[in-house]
Amino acid sequence: MSRAEPVAAPPARAFALLGSELSVLFRRRRTWAMLAALALVPILVGIAVRIRSSSNGPAFLAAISDNGLFVSFTGLTVSIPLFLPLTIGVVAGDTIAGEASLGTLRYLLVAPTGRVRLLLVKYAGAAVFALAAPLVVLLAGVGIGALLFPIGPVTLLSGNTVGIDGFAVRALLLAAYVAVSLLGLSAIGLFVSTLTTVPVGAMAATIVLAAAAQILDTLPQLDWLHPWLFSHYWFGFADLLRDPIAWDSFGQNALLQLGYIAFFGGLAYGRFATKDILS
Amino acid sequence: MTAAEAAIRTTGLTKEFGRQKAVDGLDLEVPRGAIFGFLGPNGSGKTTTIRMILGLASATRGDIALLGEPMPSALRSVLPRVGALVEGPAFYPFLSGAANLRRLDAADPPSSSRTRSARVTAALDRVGLRHAAGKKVTAYSLGMKQRLGIANALLAPRDLLVLDEPTNGLDPQGTREVRTLIRSLAEEGTTVFVSSHLLTEIEQLCTHVAVMSAGRLVAQGTLDELREVGRSEVRVETPDTAEAVEVLGRLGLVPVAGASGVTAELDGKLLPERVTAALVEAGVRVRGIAVEHQTLEERFVALTGEGFDVAG
Ligand SMILES: Nc1ncnc2c1ncn2[C@@H]1O[C@H](COP(=O)(O)OP(=O)(O)OP(=O)(O)O)[C@@H](O)[C@H]1O
Ligand SMILES: [Mg+2]
Repeated sequence: MSRAEPVAAPPARAFALLGSELSVLFRRRRTWAMLAALALVPILVGIAVRIRSSSNGPAFLAAISDNGLFVSFTGLTVSIPLFLPLTIGVVAGDTIAGEASLGTLRYLLVAPTGRVRLLLVKYAGAAVFALAAPLVVLLAGVGIGALLFPIGPVTLLSGNTVGIDGFAVRALLLAAYVAVSLLGLSAIGLFVSTLTTVPVGAMAATIVLAAAAQILDTLPQLDWLHPWLFSHYWFGFADLLRDPIAWDSFGQNALLQLGYIAFFGGLAYGRFATKDILS
Repeated sequence: MTAAEAAIRTTGLTKEFGRQKAVDGLDLEVPRGAIFGFLGPNGSGKTTTIRMILGLASATRGDIALLGEPMPSALRSVLPRVGALVEGPAFYPFLSGAANLRRLDAADPPSSSRTRSARVTAALDRVGLRHAAGKKVTAYSLGMKQRLGIANALLAPRDLLVLDEPTNGLDPQGTREVRTLIRSLAEEGTTVFVSSHLLTEIEQLCTHVAVMSAGRLVAQGTLDELREVGRSEVRVETPDTAEAVEVLGRLGLVPVAGASGVTAELDGKLLPERVTAALVEAGVRVRGIAVEHQTLEERFVALTGEGFDVAG
């Protein structure tokens, strides 16, 4: 009852584990709870602006009450420093440590999932979440904005005006920018996750690092360090809201995040490839 | 026996945790087709050995050949042919039993997604979980999880099954089912390597046995070999106890007279039929004679010590 020698897995099978990973990730109640919490951010922004729109507030409040589509941008901006890193910390910190604490890691490895393949699939799962999270914020923002306020053509930072379709393109670009921004943090979370079998510890460490990087980025004494911090370009998406689009910050950000992916991905590989799985 | 014939062969396998040797110079040889019982008290290194055999932990020293191929270097080609239950089952509590199996099956690169559902259903059927397939694993009982763990090992046809305490937490029916299952798998040609504490279980099931104690292998062989090495006792039922004592004494035994007969420990070389012949020749009225082998449990305790404390 032996079976044929396994040959290199055809592509469909190579992606089976990724499909399974995504379905496990998005079938967890925790994932949906986090996405729902993120959706709540623009909703609260919209409601708050609606309630106090009569009084004179900051300029962006006036912009929102003029055009509901701005709720989405505002919601995203508000989510970037804390809520998004928080959810990324949970997902990325859970990648390996979560499997280890459940004990499923040993069954995945004897299935056998190669350790490199498992790391890649886990990272891909976190990356998909990093894209889903800002998309949810933007979509919820558009929804609540349309519900509470008039919507119409959007005036960009450069003064030009784009229609709804132009806005949709910009919004998608923005989501992509934020997703790319979070890839470095995801790689850090993946590495931390290979160090422990306690997922909460890996999540907390990742979140703390996200906060620390942002604090360091505000200290003028450390300005030599700033361009190397993974959070440095997190708010650099304004260039995408000009016409023509300036891609500089997108490129710099992507390059920096790639560096983090390579470095922490390498560390994660170094740690995980030979690690004794004793949980 | 050549390396290719052994399902598992380790040479000098050692695992150190700091200064503690959890496994110490293990030379294990599991022949193909065997139902191999792996015995040992708590903390004697059974699970650690299994982890090394499956490539989960690296050996400090020593070599492992699994189905004739070196581990862990041939891990990718060997492990698809091996089904395993290591240190209890582990599943995603928020997924159903069937979804858990599909997930672990997707992690096995050569397994085909076309046959996945059918194989999952068949595996669940085989362990009697058909009706709980859609239930979330959080809602499973201990024994149901154990059964699901065994089902996971059976997702594809395997050449070797490595089962770490498979009957842990099972009800008597479940235990019997697992025993029957293991036998039928062995009949199909699968080698089964099973660790357990339940000696009666092993005694009923296994063809071969190895015994661990504090990281070392203290015995290995067929079940009969292991039993024969152990002490056996001849019990003679007779009213002529004095004469019987004398005859047995002449044969070099150390007889003990009881109320209804005599007992004496047999050493390995003296055959029971010679004892009978000598007794009859001397005119001892033999009403019954029996040779009793040590039970596996007695043998086990003799090999691994009486103490209850875990060697640590
Ligand atoms: N992660 C670890 N770190 C340090 N020591 C360990 C670790 N895992 C196991 N050990 C030690 O290795 C020894 C063997 O443990 P192992 O789990 O292999 O025993 P076992 O024979 O499977 O016991 P049981 O019958 O209780 O399952 C024990 O003394 C244990 O303390
Ligand atoms: Mg054990």
